[in-house]
Amino acid sequence: MSLETKDTSPREVEHYVDPAPFNPAVTEELTAEQERFYQASQWKIMWWKFKRHKIAVWSGVVLILFYLCVPFAEVIAPYGANTRDSNNLYAPPQALHLFHEGSLVGPFVYGISSKIDMETLQWVFEEDRTRVQKVRFFCGGAPYKFWGLIDSTFHLFCPAKGGTLFLLGTDRLGRDQFSGLVYGARLSLTVGLIGVTISIVLGLFFGGLAGYFGGWLDSIIQRAIEIIRSLPELPLWMALSAALPVTWSPVWIYFGLTIILGLLDWPGLARAVRSKLLSLREEEYAKAAVLMGAKPGRVITRHLLPGFTSHIIASATLSVPSMILGETALSYLNLGLRRPSVSWGVLLNEAQNISVVTVYPWLMAPVIPIIIVVLAFNFLGDGLRDAADPYK
Amino acid sequence: MLYYIVRRILMMVPTLLVISFLTFFIIELPTGDYISNQIAALKSSGESSSVAKLEFLRKEFSLDRPFFERYLVWVGLWPGPHGFDGLIQGNWGWSFEYDKPVEQVIGPTLPLTVVLNFATILFVYVVSFPIGIFSATRQYSWGDYGFTFLGYFGLATPNFLLALILLYFFNRWFGLSVGGLMAPEYIDQPWSFNKAMSVMAHLIVPTIVIGTSGTAAMIRRLRANLLDELHRQYVTTGRAKGLKEGRLLVKYPLRMAINPFIADIGNLIPSLVSGSVIVSVVMSLPTVGPVLVSALQSQDQFLSGFILLFVAILTLIGMLISDLLLAVLDPRIRLGGRASS
Repeated sequence: MSLETKDTSPREVEHYVDPAPFNPAVTEELTAEQERFYQASQWKIMWWKFKRHKIAVWSGVVLILFYLCVPFAEVIAPYGANTRDSNNLYAPPQALHLFHEGSLVGPFVYGISSKIDMETLQWVFEEDRTRVQKVRFFCGGAPYKFWGLIDSTFHLFCPAKGGTLFLLGTDRLGRDQFSGLVYGARLSLTVGLIGVTISIVLGLFFGGLAGYFGGWLDSIIQRAIEIIRSLPELPLWMALSAALPVTWSPVWIYFGLTIILGLLDWPGLARAVRSKLLSLREEEYAKAAVLMGAKPGRVITRHLLPGFTSHIIASATLSVPSMILGETALSYLNLGLRRPSVSWGVLLNEAQNISVVTVYPWLMAPVIPIIIVVLAFNFLGDGLRDAADPYK
Repeated sequence: MLYYIVRRILMMVPTLLVISFLTFFIIELPTGDYISNQIAALKSSGESSSVAKLEFLRKEFSLDRPFFERYLVWVGLWPGPHGFDGLIQGNWGWSFEYDKPVEQVIGPTLPLTVVLNFATILFVYVVSFPIGIFSATRQYSWGDYGFTFLGYFGLATPNFLLALILLYFFNRWFGLSVGGLMAPEYIDQPWSFNKAMSVMAHLIVPTIVIGTSGTAAMIRRLRANLLDELHRQYVTTGRAKGLKEGRLLVKYPLRMAINPFIADIGNLIPSLVSGSVIVSVVMSLPTVGPVLVSALQSQDQFLSGFILLFVAILTLIGMLISDLLLAVLDPRIRLGGRASS
């Protein structure tokens, strides 16, 4: 064969025509996937893009779990937030075990007994290896009023009858730290959300005014933003919250605090809104709306705002942690919330004295959820920010 | 350049006025004042003999005047009971709590406050600069990943919690008291080399604690800036011409990347100062922080007002320095307006 082909003189290649019908629009036709992409709404594309950011997604899941404590604190916490147990002052954390002497019992803790060491005048706790106290699930325990309305005794889990269950130890007055954390999440986690809402409203308002109207209004707002941004916020927060009357009820103090936190946070957002508005204002569709006689309020809210909602959400997410930390710092310094309100900062207040902390290190437990939540918000915000520009 | 400096300093004057007004407004927010509270307390306990003295004090500090007048008297733009005698004239006010002039109460704490803040800023510069360059030039190396991770952690860990944790572990592992300004045995001792070393050692931890989050932010910033520049054409050109890597880096992309870096430090200063206040409280450092907290709690208004103002001025000076630095590095800025970063 090979010889034959070698011998034959080079002849012309036969003209080849594909018998299949030819579609001249083939380059413009979309694959199914592309079609799905182009027809999807902005939010759908953002969601696809966000899903690819694995850490951000997991952070979102973690945050949802934490936020479940907000509505269901009473059910999740085995004890009340201010329930004192005078027999167990400064009790150490009780470790959860599964196996007792080699056999599976299920989650349980060993009982603890306390006595006073007369030399150091400290409570000494001993684990009693013979007393196995099985944790009960979906059980009746300490009575409470669900959302302050409905009487109930139902808990997700509770200590064995006659036993104790201090997963993270107790404090000076024998209050369970774990329950404190669960109840504390209620205030600590919502402070950020409400504060951010206030700061979004202020930021949109002032940023909108400055960006849309420009001129002297713009320069006044710009100056104000610069001045507020140049002030160290924590001392100002401290001064403002010191100004809250002591006679106010805890609820009012809480709202006062959120307003204070939101009050100093809006400049960053206002600047972002302003610069976005300045650029979007020049777009054709905005001009068209103005020419058709739309009022400024309508142009901003209907035509310009949807263009950067995603950015606002992303930057709001990134400013939640600073508010949570602000509340924690203030309450830690006795300038924010006070007992009987329970927040993570209020709990940390017990850890103010370092000599107490070295003896009872579990008083620092609130540090852990704070760091987790702050990290999660940062990752989530990063993911949202990347997803905010889905067409990039 | 001189023109720029003068203009930049003049621009601070209206800002300072607004800030002083804001400060005064905030410290006047709580109902009543220190002395009226004292009077009320005395009256309720039936001791009216010393009320007259307190009424006299109220007059003395012009607490009985309307709000704007009080503000102007405080600043020194309006005659008080003793003529013009306010901040401008160098009278920092009176601390009711300590029964001393404010300058005597916080005078000793001021140098340390300034030193701590500038040490922190210096720390942020010195640490984030080489690490930022390293991360950018060795992108996706183990070192880069390590620093990025540390950076996230540093950003997320609030500095006063970090201080608390460090205090605990230092105490646990080394039996060391990290709190305070010096080891206990040097207190009330005359200054010596060892004492100075002890003070230095005690300043390191707070400096790191306050600077961590700022450093983390700066590393991320510099890395991103530098990465943008490293892919530019002029870098390739330089390389093609046979320029050594190190020299190439320092001469072109680094100079471009450094501008936003320094501008950002200016934005960072308020949060550094904030951090120093609360970290000082946690670590019981004798800066203005702990004094501020107690002054706010006891409504010692002139003391807390002056500290707030002092802290604000400190940040303004810091921003001024960073702006001047920026102007030295980038002629475009001192000729035109401030670059929008």
